[in-house]
Formats: sequence, C-alpha cells, structure tokens
Amino acid sequence: MARSSDRDGSDATRASSSTAGTDTGLTDTGLTDADATDIGGDPLRPSDHVDSVRPAVADGPGITQPRLGPLGYLRFFWRQLTSMKTALFLLMLLAVAAIPGSLVPQRTSDPNGVVQYRTDHPDLFPVLDKLGVFDTYSSPWFSAVYLLLFISLIGCIIPRTRHHLEALRARPPKTPARLSRLAGYRSITLESAGGSGDASITTARAVEAARAQLKRAGYRTQVFGDSVSAERGYLRETGNLVFHSALVGVLLTVGVGGGFGYSGQRVVVEGQTFSNVLGSYDSFNPGRWFDESQLSPFSVALDRFSTEYAPDSAGAAGMATDFTADVTAQARGGDAEKTQIKVNAPLSIGGSNVYLLGNGYAVDVTVRDGEGNVAFRDTVPFLPQDTNLTSLGVIKVPDALPRQLGMIGFFYPTAADNGTGALTSTDPDTTNPVLSLNVYSGDLGLDAGVPTSVYTLDTDGLTPLAGTDDDAREKAVQLTPGETATIPDGLGTITFDGVKRFASFDIHHDPSQVWVLLFAGLSFAGLLTALFVPRRRVWVKATETDEGVRLEYAGLARGEDPTLGRAVGDIAKAHLGGLGVPSDVAREVADDPARHDVEKPGPGTGGRGRKI
Amino acid sequence: MVTADLAYYSLVAVYSAMAIYTISFVAFALDLAKRSGDAQQAAARAAKAEAVSTASVSRSASGGSTVVLDRPSGGSGAPVASGAGSPAKASSFERVAIAMMLLGFVVHVASVVLRGLAAGRVPWANMFEFSLTGTAIIVGVYLAVQLVVNLRFLGAYVMGLNLVLLAIGTVNYYVAVSPLPPALQSAWLVIHVFVAILGTAFFAIAAGLSAAQLVQTKREQSKLAGLRFMDTLPGAERLEDLAYRIALVGFVLWTFTLIAGAIWAERAWGRYWGWDTKEVWTFIIWVLYAGYIHARATRGWRGARSSWLSIIGFAAVMFNFSVVNVFFKGLHAYSGL
Ligand code: HEM
Repeated sequence: MARSSDRDGSDATRASSSTAGTDTGLTDTGLTDADATDIGGDPLRPSDHVDSVRPAVADGPGITQPRLGPLGYLRFFWRQLTSMKTALFLLMLLAVAAIPGSLVPQRTSDPNGVVQYRTDHPDLFPVLDKLGVFDTYSSPWFSAVYLLLFISLIGCIIPRTRHHLEALRARPPKTPARLSRLAGYRSITLESAGGSGDASITTARAVEAARAQLKRAGYRTQVFGDSVSAERGYLRETGNLVFHSALVGVLLTVGVGGGFGYSGQRVVVEGQTFSNVLGSYDSFNPGRWFDESQLSPFSVALDRFSTEYAPDSAGAAGMATDFTADVTAQARGGDAEKTQIKVNAPLSIGGSNVYLLGNGYAVDVTVRDGEGNVAFRDTVPFLPQDTNLTSLGVIKVPDALPRQLGMIGFFYPTAADNGTGALTSTDPDTTNPVLSLNVYSGDLGLDAGVPTSVYTLDTDGLTPLAGTDDDAREKAVQLTPGETATIPDGLGTITFDGVKRFASFDIHHDPSQVWVLLFAGLSFAGLLTALFVPRRRVWVKATETDEGVRLEYAGLARGEDPTLGRAVGDIAKAHLGGLGVPSDVAREVADDPARHDVEKPGPGTGGRGRKI
Repeated sequence: MVTADLAYYSLVAVYSAMAIYTISFVAFALDLAKRSGDAQQAAARAAKAEAVSTASVSRSASGGSTVVLDRPSGGSGAPVASGAGSPAKASSFERVAIAMMLLGFVVHVASVVLRGLAAGRVPWANMFEFSLTGTAIIVGVYLAVQLVVNLRFLGAYVMGLNLVLLAIGTVNYYVAVSPLPPALQSAWLVIHVFVAILGTAFFAIAAGLSAAQLVQTKREQSKLAGLRFMDTLPGAERLEDLAYRIALVGFVLWTFTLIAGAIWAERAWGRYWGWDTKEVWTFIIWVLYAGYIHARATRGWRGARSSWLSIIGFAAVMFNFSVVNVFFKGLHAYSGL
C-alpha cells in the first residue's frame, strides 16, 4: 500500500477502508479480523460507502450467480437503488438535467420569452417543446430524476435510522488487540517501584480514572478488563439523518403544500380598491386543491403611489430609487389601516401577502361618441415599455355610436421630439406628459365571446381614422392633460383628463411556505451537526509489565475528523495529570506521539514506551 | 464632489493592489521554481539516505510505532525531507510573496472600503463590485486558512486567479457608483450576497487543492516526471483531505446562500423559488458539491475522481458569476451592465 499515514485525522479509518481496493486490506493495519469488525466496518452505511465493510464476494449478486427469484431481483434492484454510487449518479444527473431550463426561457417564469423564442426559432421550437424544455422543471424526465433520487434517499434513510437507533443503545465495541496502529497512538510506562512514579498506580485505578474522565467528556464508555473503550459523536449520524430526512420534508412540502395556495395579479390605480375575490384578479393561478373559500376577504385601496428618483448628481439620473404604495388595508372584521407596501416589504393580510411588483401610469380618458353621449370614462393602465416609462395602452369603446371605437395609445411622461418628428420620453417622471392615440373604428370583436386581452387591440378589419397608419386621414391625436380633440369623421371627441399612477400587486397565499422554511432550517442544522461534530472512538489501555504500568491511548475516526490526533493527546494529558504524573511529562506525551516511543526499542510489542 | 473622489481613490487603490499582487504572483512562481531545484537536491540526498530509511521502515513494520520513521513516501519513490506539509523553511521568494500579498490585501481592502463609502452601501451590487469585493475575500480567506494550515504552495494559484478576476472586473465591467434599485434595498443583499462570495472563496481554494491533488496523484503513479516542485507539496491524500475540509465549509456557506436567497426571493418577488436562471445555477452548484461529498464517501470514487467534481463545481461557480450574469436573462439582472 502506497499511501501516507500521518498519524492524525482519519487516516486510520482510511487505512482500514480505502485501501480495501488493494489486496492487503485490513491486515496492513496490523489488526486482526476481529478487530476489523470492531473498528472498520460501519453497518449504518450503504454497502459501497468507504467506511463500510466490503461485502464478501460470495454475497454479491455476481453475474454467475444462479437464478434470482423475483424477490431476489427486487432486493437486488433495491440495493442498487440505495447504494452510494446510484445516489451519486442521480445527483450528477439532476445537476445536468437542470441545465436546459436555464438555457431557454421557461413558461412559468418567462412566458413572453417563450413566445419570443417561438418567433425566433420556428423550426427548433416544436422539437424542444416536445421535449418539454420550456417546462423543464415539471417535465417527466426532470421529475423522474428527482423522484428516483428521493426514493433512493428514503431507501437510504430508513435502514440507517433503524441502525442508528440500535447504535444509540449499543455499548462501545471491544478494545482492539493492538492499539499501536490506530490514530493518535501514544504510550507511556509508569514505573511502579523505585522510580519517581506514584507507587499506588494500578491498572485498575488507571482504567477507572480513564473511564470516569471519558464519561465526563461525553463519551459512552465500557470497560473491557484492563482497558476502556469509549465512543462519542452519535450526534453526527443523527445530524446526517436529520439533514437527509429534512430534504425529503422540503420536497414533500414544496410539491404537495404548494397545491393548497394560490397566487394572482392585479393592477390597482390610485384611488381604486382591490377586493380579494376571484372576479377582481387580472390573472389568477390556483393551486391544485384550491377552492374559492380559501380567498380570505380583505381589501386594499391604493391611496397614493410615489416614486423617488436618484438626484442628477448621483450619476444615474432618472433611476428610480424608491417605490412606495400608500394603501388602506382592511381585513374582514378588522379596522381599516393605513400602511405601506414597498418592494421587499410586502403587506401581510388575511393570511396572504400582497407584494408590490410593478408600477406605471394610468390615463384618465373621457370619450364622447358621434351622438354626443359619454361613451367611455375610465382610467386605463398603460404598460411601461422602457426605463423612461414610455407606456403603451389600449382604449376600447364598445358603446360608442354609431360605430365602436378602438385606440392604441402611447403615453410619454416627459415627451420630447426625438428629431424625426416622433416623440420619446426622456424621463420617467411626469414633467411634460403627452398622450398620443391612434384611433380606429369598426367592430372590436368583443361580442364574439372570445376572451381578449385588455392590453391588445386587433386592428384587422378596423378602419384607421387617425395615427401612423398609411390609410389614416389624420396624424395621431396628441393630447396634454385637460385637452380635448375631435375624432375624424364626426365620430366624437376624446378628453385626456389626467394621469394617475398604478401599482401592480401580486397576491400570494401559500400555507406550506412556513413548513418549507422549517424543513430547510432543520436540514441546515442537521448539516452543521453532521459535518462538524466529530464521531470517534477512543481507547485507554493499562497493562502490567515488568517495568511498571504501561498506558496506551489511541483513537479511531468515524468519518471526517481532522482533530482526532490532538484529542487523543488531550485525553492522555488529562488522564496522566489525574494520575499524578508531572505535567511536563504529560504534556510531552500529549504533544508528540512520535518521540516518546522510540527510546528503548525492544523486541516484540512489550516494554516499549517512555519510562519515568 | 465627494462620491466621485472616493470612487476614484478606490480605483487607484485597486490598481495599486493589482500591481502589488503581480509582484506577489511572480515571487510565488519563482518560489515554485526554486522548490523544483530544492526537490532535485533533496532527491539526491534522499537516494544516499535510502539504506537508513529502509531500515527504519522495516523496524516499524515489525511492530514499532514511530510515526516519524513510519511516514512512507507515497508511490513516487524518493521521500523528500522538506515536503509533506512539514513546516519547511520558507524561501526568501516565498517570504517576499507573502509580504506582498499581505500588503496588496491591505490596499485591496482599502479600495473595497472606499468604494463602499462612495456608494454609501455595501460594495457588492454590480459585476464590478462583485469582482472587487469577491477577490478581496478570496485573498482574505486564503490568508485566514494559512493560519491553520500551510497552503503557501497555492499562493501562485490564488494570486493568478485574483489578478485575472480583478483585471476582467475593472477593465470590462467598471461602472460609476450608482444608487441601489429598490429590489436590492434589503438586508438580504448584505447577508445573502456576502455569504455567497465567502462560499465562493472557499470553493476557489478547494478547487486549487483538488487540482494540485490530481497532479500529485499522477506523480505518485510515476506518470509525471516533470514538475519537481510537486515533491515539496503534501501528498495527494493530504491534499484531498484539505480540499475536502475546505470545500465542506464552502458547501455549508452555499447551502445557507441558497436558503437565504429563497427567503429574499419570497420577500422581493412573492415566491421563494421560481427557477430563475440564477436560482437554477445556484442549485446546480449545490447539487454538484453534494455529489462531491458523496463521491468522497463512495468506494471507487474517492481520490482523483472525486476531485474532478470539486473542480467542476468551482467551474460552475465561475460560470454562474460570469456567463450567467452577463448573457442569461433573468430576474437577477442587477449586474449593472
Ligand atoms: C437529495 C439528494 C441528496 C443530497 C442533496 C445529499 C447531500 C448530502 C450531504 C450534503 C452530505 C454530507 C453531510 C454529512 O456528511 O452528513 C451527505 C452525506 C451522506 N449521504 Fe447524502 N444526499 C442525498 C442523497 C443521498 C442518498 C440517496 C444516499 C443513500 C445512498 C445518501 C447517503 C449519504 C451518506 C451515507 C452520507 C455520509 C457521507 C459520509 O460519510 O461522509 N445521500 N449527503
């Protein structure tokens, strides 16, 4: 075997396990087979875990194995599924399977991107869509990978939990016959007579002192004749199991719990009130098990929406630095309460959260039709198109007589001529607000029963009256607040009454959220415990020799344990101190496991060790 | 104007830091070259001492337990006295390199602080600031780890990586100080992003160790005769242990980043997880490192194979920071480009 053996850390474990790849195996460490089962294998782990005993070849389902019954196959596959290699493979597969979803837009997070992708790649799109990459994270193949992983995980947790519960009650294993090959090994011989040592030191006393000391230090101890076997750090495995189980918890609560909630969007203009009923949502996504009674009755009125902009001096003129929605919120049976909703500071009301996710301008417009009646008076939200809030909106006037009217409008908060005669907005604030409208007449198609978006107008079949359209007789209608313009063909007038701001709110209810957080926190705590609580075995052995009482100390790491060597040293120091050994000698033994043992190399294993 | 002045001094400081780091990098490289020479001499000496060494090893095999003599040399042949992590005397190159690194670090931190003062907030809200602060944290973590274990042999790697990242950050992504957009105005910017950068620093060092481990493994299998300085590094197995322990710290920090990010996303966007591109890549990195941890615990995967996962993991971290920020579309479009 060709690997190093710094005698600290977990190398002893490694010596007994990782080298199992070579034929020398355990015998290299100088341990007997009996010792090996004591210290080497760990029945808690999957069979291909580095710390587990390598199964004898005969046990393995080799190719030449005689027929397996159906049950045998089942067991074989189960064992495969719950092995470390499979878990590893599935983890890698999960990482790879997650990649496509980051390369193409996803329907759930970026539906417009998907539409755009279809336009940009008309040939590729259908193929990719068949494969489900636009819904990567709910696609069958992605689901298959994580479900298999979690079955494997559960298959791993259950037997380990069972074993761990047993291990929690088990006594520490027998002391190995030879400690000298283990981690942090130190020994010292206390001369019993004629020397400077305490004449009353007996093996029994040394062993009892060690047992008491280790027990105080949180070890579980067991005396075997003239030695103490001690073990600690069961919490490590507990942490590992908590971590893995909590991951299952996270998955379950995310997968199942999300089905009980809902989320919806609603644009609210200053002065308007949103009531939490199904009909008042602009769009609504119910969970699988949603029913309408879950909508807790509350209302939120948007009193004022304000934006702060960076001062010109900040080198980012026009950049918004703060959005505030001043609202009056009222839950059923509660008092109306004035409060604020901001980005990063949602309003929690009636078990739901109201988030501020967007904002923009809404224009107040009055349309009088050709017969002089007010056919339309409303506030229409316009959607922001750029950082200076050039906004696009649609006004539909189905009640206008003699013909229906439709308008596509641009709103420029700070209008400026861009040099070609067209307008642009040069600032997001309303310094020079201008509304520009392309006007159409004809059948808006609202009666066909086909749902149409309030933000789009299908101009096919409509007659352009004013606007950029070549057929339009007049230029687009341009209005500043308070102005009125006439519509060509004597079809009426339009008045731009004013501008308001709107906020777009997301209303979200997810009762499972707190559970997800709880499991995530649990899993993090489990992870910390599993990684940083050392699990180790320590042995203290006292032997009567011709020269006195020989004390030996050694440890064994179970899993990552970089400080084992030092820990054994500290135990030795405290133990020797307790036996009345001068502290400088104790410290020397503790500090350097190497030196004290070479002073009088003799034949065999006895007689070694420092004498005082 | 105060803001611009502070930002300007910050930029002067970072360029100074880069100059000092360059000296440090060169000194580390020279140190490695010198190690090659030393290793050669040591090998010659060791050849002479072979008889003695054999004797002691056989004695220990007969039941002794002397750790000093029991240290086998690994498969590569000659045991080298100055190697294997023993606190060998630092060469003068190395002392210069470390001194320059410390000096550069001080100047670098000054640059970060000035930038923060100029902006009146934490200096990690756009690509340039990520690079500036992130590299400082990498050096800081490296120096801190240095207090526990001797990782001087990684100095050239750390300095090289740092210089590349700093150069790209300042040359390609420099932006003037600007206020935070509302979505970033949150305590989570401080916590989530800082911990992510801290985790990245640990992953960076772990990846360097894993790369060294791969080379060392090749040498120990006598497949790589060159690179004599590798003799002065710890053995492959020790490198693996170190890489693993450091990656574990990174993994814990990354797990925290993931959870904190989800909490913040819930506050800011109304949902804790939405498979936004940045979220996807953070998740992929987390899974890759979970894979690495399992690989080390899997028979047949420990050793060189698992170390590849550590390197791939870090490559994904760098990808997430660079390519995903710059080219991918998503809600995390705050890179300030
Ligand atoms: C959702 C997938 C999984 C993730 C994210 C995951 C993550 C982790 C992490 C972070 C650790 C290190 C913490 C520790 O040492 O306690 C770990 C350890 C471990 N995992 Fe998993 N795991 C997953 C699935 C599995 C499965 C399916 C198995 C069963 C084969 C498994 C078996 C183990 C074992 C035995 C250890 C201890 C490793 C050691 O001794 O160092 N894990 N896992």
